[in-house]
Formats: sequence, structure tokens, C-alpha cells
Amino acid sequence: MHIRVNGVSHDLQVARLAQALEVLGYRQAAVATAVNGVFVPADAREELLLADGDALEILAPMQGG
Amino acid sequence: MKLYDVELASRLLLGSARYPSPAILADAVRASGTEVVTVSLRREAGTQRSGQDFWSLIRGLGVRVLPNTAGCHSAKEAVTTAKMARDIFHTAWIKLEVIGDADTLQPDVFGLVEAAAELAADGFEVFPYTTEDLVVADRLLQAGCRVLMPWGAPIGSGRGLNNGFGLRALRAHFPDVPLIVDAGIGRPSHAVQAMELGVDGVLLNTAVALAGDPVAMAGAFARAVEAGRAGFEAQPMEPRDLAVPSTPVAGTAWLA
Repeated sequence: MHIRVNGVSHDLQVARLAQALEVLGYRQAAVATAVNGVFVPADAREELLLADGDALEILAPMQGG
Repeated sequence: MKLYDVELASRLLLGSARYPSPAILADAVRASGTEVVTVSLRREAGTQRSGQDFWSLIRGLGVRVLPNTAGCHSAKEAVTTAKMARDIFHTAWIKLEVIGDADTLQPDVFGLVEAAAELAADGFEVFPYTTEDLVVADRLLQAGCRVLMPWGAPIGSGRGLNNGFGLRALRAHFPDVPLIVDAGIGRPSHAVQAMELGVDGVLLNTAVALAGDPVAMAGAFARAVEAGRAGFEAQPMEPRDLAVPSTPVAGTAWLA
């Protein structure tokens, strides 16, 4: 199915958010996630089912003022 | 200085952006003596995972982090960003920014109060980036904020304190609320002025990061903040319009 990850379309053969993060290389990374603009806490990623066309945001720590 | 029940020895809070290199950022943080560094959240660009390296560097400095919601233009965006920040950084602290104007980066104080109320109810300890407006400050306190962060001048402008009168009024109006001047500080003398007004601390970033020597400037700001606070506590004299001789007049010789 097609998932937009940080604004870029990806074809991912996964069902759940945690699997998507693994496939995308974020398994060990400190990241925060939101799906379709809604925050998904780390402990809910195993359960969250993705759907075709979902927009996934993966944010990482960054410099800030 | 106590912020949300956390006792801090340093009254300087430092941003982590725009430094020439990660090594200079680390050295500047050490030279500043700060115990609180602001951080942000962004999409990780490419496959280099630079965000992970940055986070590792910050953790190695042993400082407390204050995540921000920079770039958010609505209460909804800011609330979602705050929740994502808590998920990564494992802190209830959030520097709440809801920007209302792209040119001045002036806070949208209506969205700010709305977001602050929602976040405080959700257990966040909110540090609102606000103006010096007394009524907005009161609303933020009612919303659950226990710290206020009025701007000195627009973010990154380095103009110092645009409204010293307003900041003084804020101090007088809320004598027991920690006030941190956030944004607009460009030089150590600006930090001294803010501290002499009686604010509890200053938060700055660009003034150090874009200095010719960021590490030396971080040290200069550390001393400026200490000097300004010491001056405030020592109760400065009131200014006068006319001169008053400091040397005693009595006993002056008649030599004309």
C-alpha cells in the first residue's frame, strides 16, 4: 500500500506502524510519530493499523532555539 | 532559580541551533554554564540520521532539555508537536510557541492560551513564549502556566529589550512568577539590562551561535547574567536628572 512518509510516497508491504518504522530503518531510532496529523505514542505503534493513503510523520530530535 | 519545582543554579537557558558545528555547540553549552538547552523536532532529512547524532550529543552534555514547538502556527499543531516531543525527550517541559506573524515571529497569543490550557491539563509544564502583555500573562497563568517567557524583541533580531517598561510592569504585576526573557537578546549588555529589571533568567540562542567566537560569547553571557542578577539584588540607586557631587562639598578649600 502507498503511505506518504514525511511527504514522500512509499510503497510499504506492512500492516502496522511499528512494522513500517522497522522497514524504513527507524527501529532503534529516537523518533516520534503521527498518522494523518494525529499523534501516535511509541507504545501504541504495535497496535496501530495503517491504511492505504495514510500520511505518516516521523520526527527526530533537532537543533532548536 | 526554580522552574516548575526544579532548582537551577544558572539563570541562563541556551538554544542549540545555528552553531558552526556540533563541537562548537557542545563547547558553548559548557562555557555558558547553562543547565537547560532548548531542542526541537523535525523530519529527519535523508538517510544520515543526523537527528540521532544530535540527540546523542545533547544527552552527553548532562543538561536538562526544553523541547520547543517552533514553527507551529496553530494551537492544534503546537499541542500535537508537544505530545511528540514528550514521547521522544521524556520530559513534561515544553517551550510553547504558537507563531502568529511570519515576519516578526510574534506569538499568536490567542492560540497560545488555548494550547497552554490543553497541555497543562494533560500534565505538561508549559513555558509559553509570549509578549509582555499583562492580560495575556494573566490568562496564561489561569491556563496553568507557572513560568512566563516574554520576548525581548523578535526572535533572532538581536535588538535587545524593545519594551523595557512593559517588562518592568510585568515584573511588578507578577512578582512571584518566574519570568524568562526569551528572544531578541543580541549582546551581553542586553542580558544585563533584562536581569537588572528583575526577570529571573534569559533564554537566548542566536546571539551565541552567530557570534564570531560562540564559545567565548557563551562565557560572556554567563557572566552578564550573573552580573545583572547581582545588580538587581543589590538594589540599584534611582536615577536623577541633575548632578549630585559624590565628593563631599563641606571642607572644600577656598582657592579662587
